[in-house]
Amino acid sequence: MAEFTLPKNSKIKAGKTFNAAAGAKRIKRIRVYRWSPEDDDNPRIDTYEIDLDKCGPMVLDAIIHIKNEIDSTLTFRRSCREGICGSCAMNIGGTNTLACTKAIDDYEGDINIYPLPHMDVVKDLVPDMTHFYAQYASVKPWLQTQTTPPPDRERLQSKEERAELDGLYECILCACCSTSCPSYWWNQERYLGPAILLQAYRFIADSRDENTGERLDELEDPFKLYRCHTIMNCTNSCPKGLNPAKAIAEIKKKMVERSV
Amino acid sequence: MSLRSPLGRARGLGSAKSGLHHWIAQRLTAIALVPLSLWFIVTLVCLIGSDHATAVERLQSPLTATLLILFIAALFHHAQLGVQVVIEDYVHGHWQKLTSLVVVKFIAVFAALASIIAVLKVSLGL
Repeated sequence: MAEFTLPKNSKIKAGKTFNAAAGAKRIKRIRVYRWSPEDDDNPRIDTYEIDLDKCGPMVLDAIIHIKNEIDSTLTFRRSCREGICGSCAMNIGGTNTLACTKAIDDYEGDINIYPLPHMDVVKDLVPDMTHFYAQYASVKPWLQTQTTPPPDRERLQSKEERAELDGLYECILCACCSTSCPSYWWNQERYLGPAILLQAYRFIADSRDENTGERLDELEDPFKLYRCHTIMNCTNSCPKGLNPAKAIAEIKKKMVERSV
Repeated sequence: MSLRSPLGRARGLGSAKSGLHHWIAQRLTAIALVPLSLWFIVTLVCLIGSDHATAVERLQSPLTATLLILFIAALFHHAQLGVQVVIEDYVHGHWQKLTSLVVVKFIAVFAALASIIAVLKVSLGL
């Protein structure tokens, strides 16, 4: 059955509190999920008091501030700090998003930070993305053609054909959408999830691709595709403002289109 | 513990090459159920306070009987498609899943057939 309660060793305990230095005026409390594979302890929530006058404006700045100044054991992924690499995807204030593009000021009161939901945790805020990336590879996210490429130029697209890829090519594979999807929580072994389906549609919608039929064949499956029940969490959480639910609906429409 | 590659696990048993039919059937029965349910409710409301004979007379109209049978068929078909999705979502043990799917389908067919036979019996005055 789907698991609705946490297993015993995943129950979250109260953690340590790191108070702000004396004299701090603007204090924000950041509560962070901590778990390490190196001991047998259960996960805990550590509370860090941040002096906002000594920290940048974004949630990622706060986390980096914690690691640099308060507690160097805090583990997380980050790279570009401008919303294009997708590394710092985490659950902030109850919503999956990128820490680097969310301002601390957007949150009233304490900020709760957890790793992406329903993924195996490697450490602290770092989820195991192995299966997610394997699912991405499984939809063959590259142009597939039968025609040999023209020797003297690129494969051409009209402006309209290129416009079909808008809202799809921008996906950075941060997994905010997939890990916000209940269907993906319960069936991620088999359901591809919104991010991967959006990526699959990106190549179905590409006028230069010649394997559209084979791509649809691969997706027509009660679990790979049809676990989507239009819950729309994906679209709500996408930090790039994309609409994976619409991309999935477009795949379903293509399935109908080729059968009637 | 498995040493299978991540891609091997993600590709799994491959595509079942089905699912579209289920999806279309669920939507078609849903569309059909909109007018049929409204009709059914109106018919029931109209019969409030009527005696048994009036109800029987009503069912003897071929149109009423046809609509009622259509309603029953669409309703149970739609219901079992929906419950199937719920089971596939939440029941993960192989045998539990298989058993509950089969039980739901059997119950739906039995209940639909029993209801239709009841309608026919009254409608044809058997």
